[in-house]
Amino acid sequence: MGYHSRRQPRHLIDILQQIQSREGYLSSQAMLEAAKSLNISSATVWGVATFYNQFRFTPPARKPVRVCMGTACHLAGGQLVLEAMARELKIEVGETSEGREFSLERVACIGCCALAPVVTIENKVYPRMTPPGVEQALVEIKAEPEAEG
Amino acid sequence: MKRSIRTLSQNKTGPPYSDKITHILVGTATCGRAAGSMAVLEAIRREIEGLGDRVRLWEVGCMGLCSQEPLVVIIKPGDFSVCYHHATPAIVPRLVEGYVRGDDPCLELALGTVAGGNGEAVYIPELDIFKYQSRVLLRSCGYISPLEIEHYLASGGYRGLANALEMQPGQVIKEIEKSGLRGLGGAGYPTAAKWSACARAEGNTKYVICNADEGDPGAFMDRVLLESDPHAVLEGMIIASRAVGAKKGYIYIREEYPLAIERIRIALKQARAAGLLGRRILDSEFSFTIEMVRGAGAFVSGEETAMIAAMQGGRSWPEHRPPYPAQAGLYGRPTLVNNVKTLANVSAILQKGWRRFRDTGTAGSPGTALFALAGKLENTGLAEVPMGTSLRTLVYDIGGGIKRGRQFKAVQIGGPSGGCLPESLLDTQIDFDSLREAGAIMGSGGVIVMDEDNCMVDTAKYFVDFSRQESCGKCTFCRIGTYHMHSVLEDVTRGKGSAESIGALVELAADLKEGALCGLGRMSPNPVLTTIRYFRAEYEAHVLEKRCPARVCKELTAYYILPEKCYRGCDHCVLACPAEAVFSDEKGLKVVDQLKCTKCGSCELVCPAEYNAVIRLSPISLVPADRRTRPDTKEI
Repeated sequence: MGYHSRRQPRHLIDILQQIQSREGYLSSQAMLEAAKSLNISSATVWGVATFYNQFRFTPPARKPVRVCMGTACHLAGGQLVLEAMARELKIEVGETSEGREFSLERVACIGCCALAPVVTIENKVYPRMTPPGVEQALVEIKAEPEAEG
Repeated sequence: MKRSIRTLSQNKTGPPYSDKITHILVGTATCGRAAGSMAVLEAIRREIEGLGDRVRLWEVGCMGLCSQEPLVVIIKPGDFSVCYHHATPAIVPRLVEGYVRGDDPCLELALGTVAGGNGEAVYIPELDIFKYQSRVLLRSCGYISPLEIEHYLASGGYRGLANALEMQPGQVIKEIEKSGLRGLGGAGYPTAAKWSACARAEGNTKYVICNADEGDPGAFMDRVLLESDPHAVLEGMIIASRAVGAKKGYIYIREEYPLAIERIRIALKQARAAGLLGRRILDSEFSFTIEMVRGAGAFVSGEETAMIAAMQGGRSWPEHRPPYPAQAGLYGRPTLVNNVKTLANVSAILQKGWRRFRDTGTAGSPGTALFALAGKLENTGLAEVPMGTSLRTLVYDIGGGIKRGRQFKAVQIGGPSGGCLPESLLDTQIDFDSLREAGAIMGSGGVIVMDEDNCMVDTAKYFVDFSRQESCGKCTFCRIGTYHMHSVLEDVTRGKGSAESIGALVELAADLKEGALCGLGRMSPNPVLTTIRYFRAEYEAHVLEKRCPARVCKELTAYYILPEKCYRGCDHCVLACPAEAVFSDEKGLKVVDQLKCTKCGSCELVCPAEYNAVIRLSPISLVPADRRTRPDTKEI
């Protein structure tokens, strides 16, 4: 059942959202199946999926790092925070660290403009970040024992 | 409980909080949560266990004071209501012991009183930040619980719907027309005109869409309304559907707003159970259902035809208009698309009458404007002011002026489609037409204030970069135009621009304004055009002197340690530098090696305030020749 129960091309985005919330990302296999079940071409599915920012095509990291690049965060030095994060994690924006512990993304406004610049790590909000603050936060996170699985 | 028109009209209105017991309100909208309100909520829940029915704990929405979060309000029968700011779990035992069990209002922890008080504490409604506001949209935000439909009903909610059901659809449109309401999604198109076009359109199947795809990267008013007072938006949608004759509605909401999605989901369920949605609403002949659709993260989806394309399962590509969605929209049927704020106003107008609405604002733009205030202000948060209020009041009286006594430089209104206005235009009044004349737009309502430390060229580049990345790619002018504008701006900020760069930008902007398919493309040059118009000297400093006056643009700025201020025994900057660029000279004074420096700013941040030895210089030629690199490296 699940997404197969609503087989109409207009439900494509909804179906992709359901796959991503279940599996964490859109695998080629899942997209091919979606195309088949809707009786549309896989190119159409790929075209739609890559159009939207929400969809990702590689498995997510355990601790996704999101640096806010909204206007308020940008003006408060968000770019420096993003660069510090890339330096400390040794990955570029859009990449995932070895062993899939961290991934680094830039996101448009998460609506905490009063706390700019803001970073979220595993959905925890880190307000008023600075490059030295990035280092500190990561030291703390790496010190925490990681849950199994 | 199912309601009918009659039970709703006879429903007594008043505060939703009974005056027999103590009530504790915690603001748990997204901004409150980011500041830690969920931990405070849990701490209170634990602390009041055992107090039984004498006290109730409520989650409320956003009170609009983002910089004071987390906020807690205690309403005590027969005593005053106190609002506590910057609350933490640590102060909870003190609050409960002091003011819930005892009689000590703990005023030392309070921002002020919300009701009552006798001069011992600040009376919050009289604070400057609230004095100049006029709350129509925010009427119940932060006061009622968004999780309780009874709270909304007690505050007069759904009476507007009951009134609308007793009128003919044409009369409902007349009411909106008399109110003078204009769409608050950005363009300010008269709401009644849009409604009558849709009502007149042929066909039995019509749709109403609530546009909750708030994409401006500095605006969050719609999110706050959805999270704090969801029924006000739903009521507006149901009234709109009654007016245009739609039986099915959609609320298109950003996937990035999980809490708003959750609260709308709950509100929809409650409204169905109360007979406010579904078949034969309030025992009338009228039926209407609402479905929620989650957006997938594309700025362009805020444009109504692009939103419709996304709802049909495709790429979010805009279409030529006409035909307007009111004639041929979703699945080719007549479709009314209204913004969240517009619909929340509709419910207020039908509840209290159009005259009440017209009392606020100006003749051409009645009502209020809702802004998210952010940037270099003392008070950040939400502000709802009557149309016609000056920008100066918004920045100085409500926003409290610039942080740390710095100098005001510009106010950006309208996000990527808006413009930057300078000090000399601060007396511009806020309404659709005055702002457009100044080169900005009312737009989505994001207001970002900038000070002398912000570079206007960098700001323009930021917005153009946003438009470039979010350009849907359908039309050439937007796809290529934003790309080229961005690359010219990139050159300018890197000191590679020339006198011709500014002219090239103006030319590209003109092409985009004329040629782009949709409003987003046509308005994307606004940040560039307004910064050139009002801050041309900054552009010229970049291209002619290779100097960034705000010392923001990296390639034109150097970090420098003043030898006369450096305290040689301190190694903060050396340890903080991730590039190992800071070294000691023969006297032990610190020097930044310009060849190694990545300009991350860490040294400036960690230099103790009593020395304050690290400064930024622009152009970089200002760095003394003997303090640029290690002595053993070649001169640069």
